[in-house]
Parts: sequence; C-alpha cells; structure tokens
Amino acid sequence: MRHIISILIENEAGALSRVAGLFSARGYNIESLTVAPTEDETLSRMTLVTAGNEQIIEQITKQLHKLIDVVKLIDLADSVHIERELMLLKVKTTDETREEIKRMCDIFRGKIIDVTSKSYVVEMTGPSDKLDAFIAAINNDSIIEVVRSGPTGISRGENGLRL
Amino acid sequence: MELTGAQIVVQCLKDEGVEFIFGYPGGAVLHLYDALFHQEDVKHILVRHEQGATHAADGYARATGKPGVVLVTSGPGATNAVTGIATAHLDSIPMVVISGQVATPVIGSDAFQEVDMVGITRPCVKHNFLIKDIKDIAETFKKAFHVATTGRPGPVVIDVPKDITDPNIKIPYKYPKKVSMRSYNPVVKGHKGQIKKAVALLLSAKKPMIYAGGGVILGGASKQLTELTRLLGYPITNTLMGLGGFPATDKHFIGMLGMHGTYEANMGMHESDVIIAIGARFDDRVTGKLTEFCPYAKIIHIDIDPASIAKNVKVDIPIVGEVKPVLETMIALLKEGKNKPNKKALATWWEQIATWQALDSFAYDRDSEFIKPQYVVEQLYEVTKGDAFITSDVGQHQMFAAQFYHFDKPRRWINSGGLGTMGFGLPAAIGVKLAHPKADVACITGEASIQMCIQELSTALQFKTPVKIINLNNGYMGMVRQWQEFSYNSRYSHSYMDTIPEFVKLAEAYGHVGMRIEKPEDVRPALEEAFAMKDRTVFMDFMTDRTENVYPMIEAGKGHHDMRLRVAPGTPIDRELA
Ligand SMILES: Cc1ncc(C[n+]2csc(CCOP(=O)(O)OP(=O)(O)O)c2C)c(N)n1
Ligand SMILES: [Mg+2]
Repeated sequence: MRHIISILIENEAGALSRVAGLFSARGYNIESLTVAPTEDETLSRMTLVTAGNEQIIEQITKQLHKLIDVVKLIDLADSVHIERELMLLKVKTTDETREEIKRMCDIFRGKIIDVTSKSYVVEMTGPSDKLDAFIAAINNDSIIEVVRSGPTGISRGENGLRL
Repeated sequence: MELTGAQIVVQCLKDEGVEFIFGYPGGAVLHLYDALFHQEDVKHILVRHEQGATHAADGYARATGKPGVVLVTSGPGATNAVTGIATAHLDSIPMVVISGQVATPVIGSDAFQEVDMVGITRPCVKHNFLIKDIKDIAETFKKAFHVATTGRPGPVVIDVPKDITDPNIKIPYKYPKKVSMRSYNPVVKGHKGQIKKAVALLLSAKKPMIYAGGGVILGGASKQLTELTRLLGYPITNTLMGLGGFPATDKHFIGMLGMHGTYEANMGMHESDVIIAIGARFDDRVTGKLTEFCPYAKIIHIDIDPASIAKNVKVDIPIVGEVKPVLETMIALLKEGKNKPNKKALATWWEQIATWQALDSFAYDRDSEFIKPQYVVEQLYEVTKGDAFITSDVGQHQMFAAQFYHFDKPRRWINSGGLGTMGFGLPAAIGVKLAHPKADVACITGEASIQMCIQELSTALQFKTPVKIINLNNGYMGMVRQWQEFSYNSRYSHSYMDTIPEFVKLAEAYGHVGMRIEKPEDVRPALEEAFAMKDRTVFMDFMTDRTENVYPMIEAGKGHHDMRLRVAPGTPIDRELA
C-alpha cells in the first residue's frame, strides 16, 4: 500500500542523504521525496511517498525515527489528509491545437504561464491522480517536458505536525 | 581559558574522562598529535594499523562498558578504520572515532588524502559529524559521547578538518555540562501496562524459555536477569552475544542457541509456548528459517530499540525500554503478585529438556590422537579457572570458544558476533588488557584470522599488554572448509593456505614467547606454563585436528528442530584430510 510520510528533520548538511541512504541500504522504495525549509529555519520538512506492506512501513517509520536528525514524523495514511502536487508541463502548440489545450487547462484548473508561437507552459496543482489524468488527456506527441514536484501533504483538522 | 582547536579536542577527551585513545598519526591530524604530546592524562596507544585501533578501542569498550576512543588521519587512515567501525556498529558498542579531514576550503576538491568520511561511514555508524567551525568542537564532542553511550549504544564518527585545529587560532573553552537534543531522546522505562501483561503471560506458560542477548550485557542487567530466572525457575538460553549475561554454570542455563547452539536450547525454543526475548534481536544466525521459528510460542520482546521489535519476528507483547529497569519492574511484580509459575508443568518441561540434554550435542572424540580444539578450550577454561577475558576471531575456533568456555560473568566474552570480523581478536585483547591489567586475557584464534591483524603483536610489546594467543591451527579456514564439506561436496575451494608462517618464530621476531603444541598430552602443561608467564605475551600454536567440525549445526534454510548432529558421538570422524 502507498504511504505518505511527513518528516520534520534538522536542517543540517547531510540530513537528506541520511534519509535517502537509509532507503537504499535497507532496500525500501521511494516513489518521491520533497524537502524544503519550514517557518522555523532550523527545521526542514520532508514528504516521502513509499509503498510496502504494514510490516515494512512499520520498519520504515521506526528506522526513520532512529536517525538522530529526525525530530518528528507521521504517516499521513493513518489520518484524513490532503495531498497536493505541483506540475509544470510544456506542450507544443499549433493553430489547430491551441484552443483545445487551453480548454483542457480550464477544465483541470491549470494556468498557462508561458506562451510562445509554438508552445505553452501549463502550471497545475492537485492530487497526483488529477495530474496523471491531465497528462493522459493531452496528446502524448505534443508533450515536450513534464516536471512534477512529487506530492506534499498535510492532515485535515486543527492538529499539525510541529514541535 | 583560550585554547586552539586541537587543544580543545584533547581537553574534551579529558573532560569525558577518557583514559586511552587508540590511534595512528598522519598529515591531517598533526595538530591534534601535537596537542596530545603536551599532556599525559589521555594515554595514546599507537597501533600498527588503523583497523587495530578500532578493534582495540572496541575490546576496551566491551570489557568496561566505557566508550572506546580512536584517532586516525584522513583518507587511508579513515578508510582503514571503517571495518572496525562497522564491527562496533553491528554489536552496538559505544565508540567515538575522531578522523582527520582535509582543510575546509579544499573539501570536495579531491585534495591529497581526502575521502568523504561522513559519507562512507553513514550506513555503519549510529551518527556522525563534520565539524566546520572551531566554536562547535566542544558541543559536538559532548553530543558524540552522549549519542554513543546512551540508548542503544554505537559508534559515532567526528570528522575534524585540519584548519579547525590550527595552532594559530584560539578561542575560549568550556565543556558543556549537559546536552539536550530535541531529536534524540531514548526511551528508558518500559510501559508498565505492557510489563504487567508480560508477567501474566510468563506465569501462564507451560513450556517457557528465556532467550537473552547482548542487550543484557550492554544494559548492565545481568544481576536482574539472574534474579528473574531463578525466581521463575525457567530455562534460559543465551545468544552468542549474550554469553556471560547469565552464569553459564547455573542449573537454569541450557547453553547457547542458534546455528551452533545446543540441541536442548534449540529444541526448547522450538517447542516452547512462551518465549521472553531480552535484549536480543532475532538475528538470522539465531532463528534459522523464519517461517519455522518457534511455531507454538507467544513472544514477549524487551528491547531498547523499537526498530528491533517486530523486525524479523512477530511479537505478541513488545516492551520498549532499557532492560534493567524493565526487569526490575518485572521482578517486583512477580514478588508482590499472588500468582506463581506452574510448578507441575515446569517439572514436566524440565524433564523434557533433560532428555535433549542427554544427547550431549557438544560431545567430541576424547580419545583422538590429535589435539581436539574443544579440548584446548576446556583446558584453557580450567587453567584460567573460568575467570579470564576471552576474545576471539571468527571461524570454528570462535564457536568452540563459545561452546566450551563457560562464562559466569558479563563482559568476559568478547567477539565480533554481528559483523563476524576476522582480525578482531588480537587487537581487542590488547584493549581488554589495558582496561584490566591484572586479569588473564586470552585470544582464541585460528591461523587464518590471526594473520589479519598480526601486526598488533608489535603494539602488545610496546604497551606491555601480555595477552595469551591460543591459535587453534587446523591448517584450514575451518569454518569455510566445513561449509564446503557439507554443501559443496568437499570441494575445498581456496579454504586452504599452502603456506602458513612459523608462528613461533614470528612471535619471537615480535619480541614475544612462541610455543608449538602438537600432542594432546602437552596441552595442559603448555597452558600452565604460558599463564605462569604473567608479564609475557605468549603465542601458543596448537596443531589441532584438521578435520574437526563444529556440531551441532542448523544449516542454512533449516529450522531449530532440524539440527545436524555429529554422527553417533564418539565415533571416529572422516579422516580423508588428515
Ligand atoms: C574479514 C573476513 N573475511 C572473510 C571472512 C569469512 N570467514 C569466516 S570464517 C573464515 C575462516 C577462518 O579461518 P581460521 O581463522 O583459520 O579459523 P577456523 O575456522 O579454522 O577455526 C572465513 C574466511 C570473515 N568472517 N571475515
Ligand atoms: Mg583455521
């Protein structure tokens, strides 16, 4: 099963490599990993998407906890949560396709943020499966480049992952 | 007080109460060595290879419970230390390794003797640090010793770039009294509710087993384990790492379990209905085939490391906490509670165990014309009155040592169980002898293992650490040969060395006493003679039976109940090789 693990980690050189190294050394898979500083500059927040059975996920969270730099973590799959991913997508455009792509963007609530005579750059956020659906809806031959951030997530309600 | 970075490092060691630092100099640590030169509180033990430094520090740590401290230079000095760091890591040994690093401005430029030590050691340390500012030295050292010695102990590396120890830069020094790390707070006390449940389950058992590991020794809980076991009257087995955590000569002890454990310990585990695992981690050498492991048992697991619990084996009652306070709580609950162990069931269980014990799974041919390795260990046990510190290398000799030397006290049996590092024994013995100068210290080794760190014989002379080397010389990498005999139809691929040095001469060349023992009747007198030489390192080269194997054995992919026993104990063994 897919799990999305949110981690507060000391914002120190090498912290990211400890997490990445743990996954490769123990043979856990990482589907995606995002990391950025938080409002507290001594902490980074990491969102890690992985998959495995209950026993593997339990080991993953325990092993992550064991890393000295990890301050706190939660498995978002344990609670009701919201996930969002950012995608930037560059497509070829022609006089015939321009309107159609624009219309698709509107349906998916994307924004066109760069326009040339031959291309658009589309910005879109949403759950990962929505981004998948958009890509599927666009003619594959016209896609020049896709950049995805990987999902980030937050739990619903008033409780939060903080110190 | 204004100090240079190098002086700060040395002062930190003094403030931590470090007695010995095991090291080897080089360019990146010259400032540090200069600071060591001006003081006498921290004694530097100059080894002959950095691997030796780590094993010696490790031996010191295992024998004392205090952290071992190592100092190596950058690049090759640092990489040479890695095997010893990994050895300490897998056995959870507290150690602080200071490695020199190239100066901060050139880090990342492939400078002379630069390696990314923090990167290389990341997977085999508990934690590591790179110091980038002289102002961070004291706090980093405080944290390093704290992390290495608390919770589940382990090695910590501190990488110190050369410019950080520059003799021209001085800052005020103050060693922090306390550390607080928001991200590191090991659990100490176990959950009381869980402990209560565990006690109830233990008392309900009809075929109980206590399975105790190295965590008991690391956690200083031998006394509590002994009290608990005697209170319950249950059979107890130790892992290879746990030997000495419970007195081997106590009637409740039914021997080591696992691959080369006793028949009774493994059968007991297999048939048991309630197992309490204490500071043990269900290593594959212990469990055998996981799907056949303890099929009838409910399992209680006490461990300080939550990640050890339910890693390999599903557990019914997990208790995260330090072994000692958890056992203390259990003992108190047992004493105040009304319920007592099921006497009748227990008597039947002990009868069953006695039938397994009657098989005498360690039996060997006592009438052999050759020196049996088991016999040497038995005699060593008697000559040292069971009170020596025994280090070992890795192979058959290690298993014979574990089987035939009965450890009644913790921290006496010192071996590389997790990583299985050949070369560990001799430097470890030197570290032990430094910690306990009056005690008998022996290294049980094989002719292949001893050659991996033989250069430390020179260290033993310089620092006057008279240890006894018990070389069980079977002419083979015996453990490899045994597997090849069992699983590769006796194709002894490269497990034999055509040339083996004359160890007697070699010992003499290093300034020690060498002895070669060829006949069984000479074993005892030779040992007595050697141990009478209190101030000499003696290399005892025992020419042992080349064909001897370690029995019993759980072969790869087999369960506890499926042990390979010696064919009819006492019958002559296949002598093809002799
Ligand atoms: C550094 C290292 N290399 C290889 C091995 C694999 N290995 C395990 S036991 C063994 C043979 C040891 O031979 P010896 O020291 O003579 O001991 P014996 O088994 O003969 O008692 C080997 C090669 C190891 N454990 N460590
Ligand atoms: Mg050998």
